[in-house]
Amino acid sequence: MSKDIKIKKGLDIKLVGEAEHTTENAIISNFYSIRPEDFHSIIPKLVAKEGARVKAGETLFYNKDNETMKFVSPVSGEVTEVQRGPRRRIDAIKITADKEQTYVDHGKFDLTSDAEKTKAHLLASGCWAFIKQRPYDVVAKADSTPKAIFVSGYASAPLAADLDFTLAGKEAELQAAVTALSKLTDGGVHVSIGSSKSPLANLQNVTTYNVSGPHPSGNVGTLINKVSPVNKGETVWTVNAQDLVIIGELLLTGKFNAERIIALAGSSVKKPRYFRTKLGSEIATMVYDNGVERDGNDRFISGNVLSGKRVQPDGYLDYYSNIISVIPEGNDYELFGWNKPVFDKVSNTRALTFSWLTPNKKYDLSTNMNGEHRNFVLTGNYEQVFPLDIYPMQILKACLYKDLDEMEALGMYEVAPEDFALTEFVCVSKQPHQQIIRAGLDLMLEEIG
Amino acid sequence: MGLKQNLHSLREKYKGTKMAPAFNALHTFLYTPNDTAHGGTHIKAADDLKRTMNTVIMALIPCLIFGMFNAGYQHYVAAGEIEAVTSGFFSSEFWTLQNFSLGFWKVLPILLISYGVGLGVEFLFAVIKGHEVEEGYLVTGMLVPLIVPIDIPLWMLVVAVVFGVVIGKEVFGGTGMNILNPALTIRAFLFFAYPTWMSGDKVWVEGAVQRTKEIANGSTADAISGETILGSLAQSHGVDYSVMDMFFGFIPGSIGETSTLLILLGGLFLIFTKIGSWRIMLSSVIGALVMGYIFNLVVAAGWITDTSKFYGLMSTEFWHHLLIGGMAFGIVYMATDPVTASQTNKGKWIYGFLIGFVSIMIRVFNPAYPEGVMLAILLMNVFAPTIDHYVVQGNVKRRLKRAKLKTA
Repeated sequence: MSKDIKIKKGLDIKLVGEAEHTTENAIISNFYSIRPEDFHSIIPKLVAKEGARVKAGETLFYNKDNETMKFVSPVSGEVTEVQRGPRRRIDAIKITADKEQTYVDHGKFDLTSDAEKTKAHLLASGCWAFIKQRPYDVVAKADSTPKAIFVSGYASAPLAADLDFTLAGKEAELQAAVTALSKLTDGGVHVSIGSSKSPLANLQNVTTYNVSGPHPSGNVGTLINKVSPVNKGETVWTVNAQDLVIIGELLLTGKFNAERIIALAGSSVKKPRYFRTKLGSEIATMVYDNGVERDGNDRFISGNVLSGKRVQPDGYLDYYSNIISVIPEGNDYELFGWNKPVFDKVSNTRALTFSWLTPNKKYDLSTNMNGEHRNFVLTGNYEQVFPLDIYPMQILKACLYKDLDEMEALGMYEVAPEDFALTEFVCVSKQPHQQIIRAGLDLMLEEIG
Repeated sequence: MGLKQNLHSLREKYKGTKMAPAFNALHTFLYTPNDTAHGGTHIKAADDLKRTMNTVIMALIPCLIFGMFNAGYQHYVAAGEIEAVTSGFFSSEFWTLQNFSLGFWKVLPILLISYGVGLGVEFLFAVIKGHEVEEGYLVTGMLVPLIVPIDIPLWMLVVAVVFGVVIGKEVFGGTGMNILNPALTIRAFLFFAYPTWMSGDKVWVEGAVQRTKEIANGSTADAISGETILGSLAQSHGVDYSVMDMFFGFIPGSIGETSTLLILLGGLFLIFTKIGSWRIMLSSVIGALVMGYIFNLVVAAGWITDTSKFYGLMSTEFWHHLLIGGMAFGIVYMATDPVTASQTNKGKWIYGFLIGFVSIMIRVFNPAYPEGVMLAILLMNVFAPTIDHYVVQGNVKRRLKRAKLKTA
């Protein structure tokens, strides 16, 4: 069964440096790092102390609010360092990997098991971390029952890893994962796909949607909004498509295999392509060889250029990303940048900006702000790139003045920061939309919970 | 290197000091800053607020230049020194160096005062309050010279600009926070504080006031005067300008608002660049036509006869209203100010329609001041948040209804 979702509002930002469809094995990283900040709002309780030996899939820490929710090591090795920040907050857990990997055997899972057993298995095996919930865009609360579960199988963000390519051949794992997830909700699992060639197209026990249109057509938030928006008191869960593979493999074999195919993309990359690597691995193992100039002036991003995290060249791939983007830093001045005609940057206006003339041109954008931070002034431009049935500027302002009732009324339960990535991109006032939404969600989580 | 590097070191030097906003304002005029995106999106669209505002200024430049020619033209025609135009928009009687030079030397001081005083106040507030100098005044400063009479005494302009920027904008927190359109606040201040300089038949033509004084002192020169079309109509006088004169703008009026043709082109440019809201412009035009047409019907029905003081304006053909007075200028450049207009797309339709509708109503029923568009826009500026509130409530209710449907 498949339905069509076609959106019109949005913006495809075409960038230079899309990854070629070839996969290489990344150099095996010696060090892996798990950063609790990837799991927003989770307070970690450390299990594996410094010096402890762990197998792949063994618990590193658990959720302070829910002891059964484990977060596990992607590799076997020795916990060599626990980096702490202010007030002894755990910033990162660093693991030195063994040459020979050993795995914890969680046991082959019986896919006909009921919801409780499935839940317990996912919690104990560390796979729960891949399940996020809305409202609040945080790791799902284990005691809630979602009205539905959503998976986006189509990536529309700039330079995004092509899921049809990275997930090819993983149909069995994907099927196992969605079968298990479908036990956890009465509303079913909803999957969006970009084409019928998608490995997700022929899954059983799910509802699939053909999505088309400009970015953010592939965002899971867009899918939720078009299928079944979150009302007050309701919860939906979301899982990234590539993480279904890890969940699926765990269910089928009992092994937590943190392997993932990721894209290395961006205009600073000489040969953009795909790598087989593991989550938490050093990005240096991928970015330099045939990739980026060693002393170039570049920005490394774990994730896509719109909502990814900035990392240092010696940083690590974060838990949820399947792409590393590298683009030039734009820390230079531009003479008369505000009034001269612009041909080499993207814009959704035509104010002496000419990207509307060349809709298929690929751009080499830098991280320059192209202007200074200002109050909100222009109106109507966010709506052009924002397909959700929500007033973007009004909800942003409600977040800024922290009016919880208004935030709730305007649809705060439905959104995640990434839904506001495009409005942030086009904002002439250069307001940090995603940060504003994140702060607003955190406030609601704290006050309403 | 060179200038760029020197300015960079100066910027670093001033960072965090009181003078930083003032320095940055000048610096960013020359160079887009080297700031990079931190969190959030790592890439940004090409437009910033300066570019947006600059686009509006570009749309205003033709009106400004036309206004300079027209100032000279109106003066010489009224003084009987040249003939009225006869041959369309590019008439040789109009586009003469003589006309331009008179207009240029009259308009330039007004333009300089407008920018000088306005930006001065902006800089002062930026330094005191420690925020960046914002670009809103770049447009306001250009609008002001275009909406005042040519003979406005400069000191009045100074007072009005200070009032408009401080009370109209800065007290609310600067660009983006104001409720009323600053340029119209300035004009409204002038109008209510110095009405004799903002209405009547003497102020619209350069030298008319001066000449009147000279005559009073015994001079034998002929009096010159120039009634605006609205003024004539309000007093039910005949109008001796053709429709084409009105459309091209060869009529007396505030400096830059007479040429409907150029305003139309400016409006199309703003719509094309997606900077101006076509919703507001279109709905304002519709609103004005509807109200004008209703009045025409009233006259046609015989309820108002030519003895009534409303007859002149009521009987004006409904679409002429768009050509005369500041209607077109107001709709294209004032009503579309994103900060003071409705912010929702649906709200923009309502807001625009009411501006057009109320403008014509004020025109007809307020013979003392027949230009209604200024007051209509200011009025709707005040109502814009209310309109938005109800539009947004529609979305909120839909959300609540959805939730109820689920639980039911």
